[in-house]
Amino acid sequence: MDFEKYLRIDKLPHIWCPGCGHGTILNSFIRAFAESGLDQDKTVVISGIGCSGRATGYLNFDTLHTTHGRAIAFAAGVKMANPGLNVVVMTGDGDGSAIGGNHLIHAARRNIDLTVILFNNQIYGMTGGQFSPMTPTGDQATTAPYGNIDQNFDLAKLVEGAGGGFIARGATHDPRQLKKIYLAALKHKGFSFVESFSQCPVSYGRQNKAGDAVEMLKKQQEDTVSFKKWQELSFEEKQGKYPLGILKEVENPESEYTESYQKIIKKLKKEEAF
Amino acid sequence: MKTKIFKPKKSAVLTQGNQAVVEGALAAGVEFFAGYPITPASEIAEGFARELPQIGGKFLQMEDEIAGMAAVIGASLAGKKAITATSGPGFALKQENLGFATMIEVPVVVVNVQRVGPSTGLPTAPSQGDVMQTRWGRNGDQEIIALAPSSVAESYELTIKAVNLSEKFRQPVVLLLDEVIGHLREKIHLKSKEEIEIYNRKKPESNQNSDQFLPYQLTDDLIPPMADYGSGFKYHTSGLFHDQSGFPDGKKETAKFMQDRLHNKLHNNLDQIIFYEKNIRSDDNAAVLSYGSAARAAISTVNTARKDNLKAGWFKLQTIWPFAEEAVAELAAQVDTIIVPELNQGQLIREVKKAAAGRAKVIGINSYAGDLIRPEEIRALLEEVL
Repeated sequence: MDFEKYLRIDKLPHIWCPGCGHGTILNSFIRAFAESGLDQDKTVVISGIGCSGRATGYLNFDTLHTTHGRAIAFAAGVKMANPGLNVVVMTGDGDGSAIGGNHLIHAARRNIDLTVILFNNQIYGMTGGQFSPMTPTGDQATTAPYGNIDQNFDLAKLVEGAGGGFIARGATHDPRQLKKIYLAALKHKGFSFVESFSQCPVSYGRQNKAGDAVEMLKKQQEDTVSFKKWQELSFEEKQGKYPLGILKEVENPESEYTESYQKIIKKLKKEEAF
Repeated sequence: MKTKIFKPKKSAVLTQGNQAVVEGALAAGVEFFAGYPITPASEIAEGFARELPQIGGKFLQMEDEIAGMAAVIGASLAGKKAITATSGPGFALKQENLGFATMIEVPVVVVNVQRVGPSTGLPTAPSQGDVMQTRWGRNGDQEIIALAPSSVAESYELTIKAVNLSEKFRQPVVLLLDEVIGHLREKIHLKSKEEIEIYNRKKPESNQNSDQFLPYQLTDDLIPPMADYGSGFKYHTSGLFHDQSGFPDGKKETAKFMQDRLHNKLHNNLDQIIFYEKNIRSDDNAAVLSYGSAARAAISTVNTARKDNLKAGWFKLQTIWPFAEEAVAELAAQVDTIIVPELNQGQLIREVKKAAAGRAKVIGINSYAGDLIRPEEIRALLEEVL
């Protein structure tokens, strides 16, 4: 595996804390990209603000580190302006589900051909451990010193409700599966979304006495189950568990947004010729 | 890409300011619009929605104002000339990403068809209330270029200039219309391709070694060449302070150096950025200095006053930011009084006073509740001071 081709080696070591899962996500993405056959020179990776936002700095592509929450909106502009580019978004749970939640909904609704990888470590890590919309109810956060009373929610279901064609969830305890999912997401024509569970032993783990990275990964494994097995579980058994794998994959290239727009351009050209 | 317009257009057309912006942008080579509906700017989005696909360009109605600003920056990075349009409340929402565009040096044009604020205010009434929002609406010190047309023809001309300036200086440019200019209908002459000077952004040589490419290279003109996404350079861009390689660099020297370069790339070239028109005779004792729709009343008042032998002249700013400090200082040395009519409580007059530095008396006439300034008001003040 030629990591040097896809990483900016001179920018390493990365800034992520010891035990952070984000490096595992980056590793899995690089492996998937290498296998995808996509042109590195024709691929743009766009991120927002937060720990996940720093991923683009280490990746050897055209990379854009944007403002907080807006990566998907920038990506829509890039893709629409040049549909020949592969456009990948790397965002976090705060970046992608709180401040940038609206852009996620509408990119999924438009079925624009973007691959969105959401690093979900259930906390605002960069700013020091405030609760995010993904922090479980009852957990500790620096802005929830008496326990989090917010309800966390299922992002995959949100994206499904918005019409997303490819929806998947992976986790850092299983990097092989993460790679497989990213590969399928990169190949999917249309909007694809991969929620990627990641561990944050420092900003989340310490406050919640969750132990070190290994303990957090074990817990992550306990809390997740393959999508196939999950479907066989009873309602009670499903509580507190998250299915992993490709949760939905509907090929509908006809409705892809840039293609639909291209059809209008072609139609107008014909009328002009006539 | 073809730049031919779908239907052959007559050179003389009766049209409104908002549509003239669309025509000007297309003439300047704009191929991308993203935005969000808002009164009194929506005709601009509607015009681009109609025109852009006819020339193979792209129109994108986004989920909010912020996304519209983000998408045009993305499109510009992908190599297209891009524009968005809004009004005051939407402009407020676009500010963060406008600052990002300034920081990462991406050419884009933002049209703000001003309405009366604050807040939702008077959506269908004219205002010049966003002059200072344009200058200082973002965090940190930063320059901005802002042009303000006072007619439909000028809306067309200054849109072309706005696109050219953004491309030339890798700098976002704001075009400040107001509701009256946006909806006013006048006859204008659309220019042929040959009549328009177009400036395209400087790009790196295609045979340049991509490993040695510096996206924020220090060049003599302080404007780094800009590579399109997908052209093989694989470069990084960030809103953090960055060195020539584009990568974050938290050193204080870098932060200072970058801010100075961003300032100087414009201030070394003010003669290419600052446009104004004036008619001041050597024996004029008073001048009416204005911009945008207020300039219409100002100029017509001066013209009639002169017939009655009043010694008055006019000065019309087309570029608001950077402010024409030198020219206004010169004006202040020439006349005793400068009258500044504005559709706000007195925003640009602060700059006029600063430039005049006591050499001339500076008096404002202000209308900020949706009414235009009437020629009689300016005439009365002229008579009082002369």
